[in-house]
Amino acid sequence: MRRLLFILPLLTLALMAGFFAWSLTSGRDPASIGSVVVGREAPKLDLPALRPGDPPLTGAALRTGKPVIVNFFASWCTPCLAEHPLFTRLAEREGATIIGIAWKNKREDATAWLKKLGDPFKFAGLDLDGKTGLDWGLSGVPETYLIDGAGIVRRHYRGPITERDLNETILPFLKGAVK
Amino acid sequence: MRSLRALLCLLALLFTLPAHAVEPSEILPDPALESRAREIGRALRCVVCQNQSIDDSSAEVARDMRRAVRERLTAGDSDGDVFAFMVARYGDYVLLKPPFKAGTLVLWLGAPLVLLVAGGALLLAARRRRAQPVTAPKPLDEEERRRLDALLKG
Repeated sequence: MRRLLFILPLLTLALMAGFFAWSLTSGRDPASIGSVVVGREAPKLDLPALRPGDPPLTGAALRTGKPVIVNFFASWCTPCLAEHPLFTRLAEREGATIIGIAWKNKREDATAWLKKLGDPFKFAGLDLDGKTGLDWGLSGVPETYLIDGAGIVRRHYRGPITERDLNETILPFLKGAVK
Repeated sequence: MRSLRALLCLLALLFTLPAHAVEPSEILPDPALESRAREIGRALRCVVCQNQSIDDSSAEVARDMRRAVRERLTAGDSDGDVFAFMVARYGDYVLLKPPFKAGTLVLWLGAPLVLLVAGGALLLAARRRRAQPVTAPKPLDEEERRRLDALLKG
């Protein structure tokens, strides 16, 4: 009994050290807020078109039978600038269906931005007041969603997508290899 | 005189109110609804600032969330409906007070459990000590008395 009392603090220390070691090495990000839309049907989509002359952006664009990528962006957002070439590559080389949604962005600013950098979006909508973003569980821009042919959200990236995301998940997903 | 002024300043600090990010244009005309919105806003966590409520945060998303809370309330939703609306979009993360469920059992019950176990152990130890009869110390034997004498003389 007495010996146990001496071991107890050491045991507690070992337990805490183990937890801290795991926290440091497991790659767990306590700041990550996760995403509850993954695994669910894509939230509703009903937005005015971004480009003049386009039809309004509706849920029909999500249900083409093929996987689609939905990207929320804004012309005022620097990380969006960084990830933009990846979307251009996806559209041009892989023929991916990408839906772009300008979030809290003036129409002129967003269209001018796309004109300058190239427009990889098959469909494009304008979420001026951020209401659609809220329905999608958006925390800011850029954020990107992968939606399968049945309209189910499979991935949700908060922040810019990277070359690594492209090779490890997005390309296999488009080929139907990632569920 | 100067110390009096300092004291007055300190006293005035006691009556300050926390700064809120809620903007005048967001406030609902109905004070009852607005006070419910404040109550809810204080319990919802801003999704980009980790430990601020949406009422305290000036982030874009926090403003959208405040507006959504007011829209839902105006549409006749109950407080529970509004929380459910937010949880459906941002998950349990959005609640500053985590819900009581299987995944949060340790969080809710861990500390009281430790208190119970430690308190129980202390009580047990105290009771056992009291149960031991207090006996007079054994008288010194020959050898011990000699050492004691030597020490006292030394």
